[in-house]
Amino acid sequence: MANIYSIHDVLQKHSIKLMVGIVAAVSVGGLVEIAPLFLIENTIEKVEGMRPYTPLELAGRNIYIREGCYLCHSQQIRPFRDEVDRYGPYSLAAESMYDHPFQWGSKRTGPDLARVGNKYSDDWQVRHLIHPQSVVPESVMPSYAFLATTPISGDEIAEHLKTLRLTGVPYTDEQIASAATDFAAQGSIDGAGAEFDARWPKAPSRDFDGNPEQLTEMDALVAYLQMLGTLVDFPKIVPDADFNR
Amino acid sequence: MTISTALSPGRMPDAPVAYRDDVVRWFMIAAVFWAVVGMLVGVVIAAQLTYPALNLGLPWTSFGRLRPVHTSGVIFAFGGSMLIGTSFYIVQRTCRARLFGGFAAEFVFWGYQAFIVMAALSYVLGGSQSKEYAEPEWYIDLWLAVVWVTYLVVFAGTIMKRKEPHIYVSLWYFLAFIITIAVLHIVNNLAIPVSFFGSKSYSLFSGVQDAMTQWWYGHNAVGFFLTAGFLGMMYYFVPKQAERPIWSYRLSIISFWSLIFVYIWAGPHHLHYTALPDWVQMLGMTFSVILWMPSWASMVNGIMTVSGRWDRLRTDPILRFMVVAVAFYGMSTFEGPLMSIRAVNGLSHYTDWTVGHVHSGALGWNAFISFGALYYLFPRLWGRKAMYSEPAIRLHFWLGTIGIVLYITAMWASGIMQGLMWRAYDSLGFLQYSFVETVAAMHPYYAIRAVGGLCFLSGTVIMAWNLWKTATAGEPVEAQPATPALQPAE
Ligand code: HEM
Ligand code: HEM
Repeated sequence: MANIYSIHDVLQKHSIKLMVGIVAAVSVGGLVEIAPLFLIENTIEKVEGMRPYTPLELAGRNIYIREGCYLCHSQQIRPFRDEVDRYGPYSLAAESMYDHPFQWGSKRTGPDLARVGNKYSDDWQVRHLIHPQSVVPESVMPSYAFLATTPISGDEIAEHLKTLRLTGVPYTDEQIASAATDFAAQGSIDGAGAEFDARWPKAPSRDFDGNPEQLTEMDALVAYLQMLGTLVDFPKIVPDADFNR
Repeated sequence: MTISTALSPGRMPDAPVAYRDDVVRWFMIAAVFWAVVGMLVGVVIAAQLTYPALNLGLPWTSFGRLRPVHTSGVIFAFGGSMLIGTSFYIVQRTCRARLFGGFAAEFVFWGYQAFIVMAALSYVLGGSQSKEYAEPEWYIDLWLAVVWVTYLVVFAGTIMKRKEPHIYVSLWYFLAFIITIAVLHIVNNLAIPVSFFGSKSYSLFSGVQDAMTQWWYGHNAVGFFLTAGFLGMMYYFVPKQAERPIWSYRLSIISFWSLIFVYIWAGPHHLHYTALPDWVQMLGMTFSVILWMPSWASMVNGIMTVSGRWDRLRTDPILRFMVVAVAFYGMSTFEGPLMSIRAVNGLSHYTDWTVGHVHSGALGWNAFISFGALYYLFPRLWGRKAMYSEPAIRLHFWLGTIGIVLYITAMWASGIMQGLMWRAYDSLGFLQYSFVETVAAMHPYYAIRAVGGLCFLSGTVIMAWNLWKTATAGEPVEAQPATPALQPAE
């Protein structure tokens, strides 16, 4: 009778068969759990307001990744009363659909940042990043003062948008063509103008780091932080409580 | 059913085949070196969480850049060097065949060390793709893929030219580890580089799908790197050191196939209550709970192998390292399924409870079984009668144990406390604590963890000294003593 022992007795004498057996055993779970996520229509709900990151926000996001912020801050609010009270409406799948890679995190040494946008002033953000303990004395966050003195340029940002378009982010030709100009314009003290606002709905443009002389990494990071969680209009979109839960 | 007596490693005659132990020796030296470096960085980041001024305000010394140096340093550099090195040692002896591939083995060694150095340098300089345990950028990933496939060829090639009819238990586990890690590594790192001359890339997947792919990878890095590979080590070194065959061969068959089949499904327990669809979370939870069984089957098999030799635990500190390691394996694979239950995970997720769980597995299981294997291997690889100093091994054992206990109890306390503080409401219906109050409350526990880590690190440094002395000044053996013949249990 073929039982697991007799099957195994064959496999453990033939290295190729053993390897094929291993591949078969470890393939099932991944295929069943991952493949449908790409195929099933309602994995990501349709919501209004989501747009891809502006060039400056994208640069800020890349600084967030570079510095390992995700190792201490999550961007995923769970549907619990205390989390909704503390951070705002729970996170929807659609809100990270342009995130390559996702930034949900797995540890909250610091608070969740999924909806930190517009919660504090630019000035608070800058002072906090330069010296966290000056605004939150008990904080254990490192100082990122060097961001404020590191200039940043948008010369190559169009390439980044193009790469993201290859992965499926719907950047338009116009957005890519004007990427370098929009990069600088979003951080300028006078704001970026009507064309920018049409290309990037709801994107604030101003001098984020309090230093109008220069566009710095601080501008980019604060621009990113200030837009987090602000795109979907929550009082209007009441998430369907049963969706996916 | 027939079971070849050759399956008990004790019977392997060492003489006729000229084994390649030079590569094994290099991997062991590298493992010890990376153990010290990786744990030192662990102590540094533990201290930074206690006293943030220790971040020094420099980009390359801040917590966010050093933490991946710690995790990659201990898992891939220390753990990986242990795994590849011991797998080369074991495959030759249990197959009675010289390592396949000639220069390919050297390439695996240097290629893998180059991978580690590239990865660590890039984190410090700010190159990370932000997927936990898969932080290296695309060019380093490609390099590792080449090295890893070569490793598979060397390992499987040696099995193919074996002179034993059967493939020994350890080798099933090592094969599962090598093959699965290759698949996980390639799929999870699919990305498009911005330019072939720059390091930055964007992952092919986004949002929910990316999260699921990452934790399918992440959990199985635990399942196949930190578990299957290390079980391969256990199945060789525990019987060897205890001079007993494996307790139950049948149990090892059942637990092997169920372990590798079930592990793959468990990833979604890292994403409970997130935007990942509920049905996936439920599958992940169910399989994680089932995973308790094959995990404990392996533990029972390991522990029972020592049965009848319990008295040795008092006299043999090397065996003690191994047995305590298997016990910690049992503990963390009990805690893991518990934390996979959604209601429990609602409390534990995002807190230090996870970090405590990680280190009970990492320090108690992975590091301790590695220490046992190193103490077993060094005298044999350098032709010495025994370890240079046995009292130093005993001291290491106690420093290590105290370190673990301080570390994990501090993390349980701070994790559960923080989880409860986050959800506490006052009588008026307002959140009782601000976030930063929970941070302040964790300070003493972070200090205790740093002290525990320092104990653990000191033990490791003592081990490094002892191994060095063994290799350079230990008493040489004149002739290889005959290993006693053993009958397998059945
Ligand atoms: C001297 C010993 C060690 C010390 C002091 C130490 C310390 C730390 C610290 C402070 C963290 C960061 C926790 C946080 O972000 O809150 C960490 C994370 C981590 N360490 Fe260690 N560690 C040690 C040994 C090890 C070993 C031997 C391993 C693996 C074999 C390991 C694996 C990890 C992993 C996987 C994480 C990430 C945990 C997570 O993301 O949840 N550590 N360690
Ligand atoms: C039956 C076996 C196991 C199960 C079901 C399990 C389950 C879990 C769960 C539920 C979490 C928390 C996920 C979260 O809330 O974010 C976790 C985290 C973790 N476990 Fe286990 N665990 C098991 C065994 C182990 C072992 C033996 C190790 C060895 C070191 C280990 C290493 C880790 C690591 C590194 C993490 C942290 C991942 C991260 O967030 O960065 N686990 N595990």
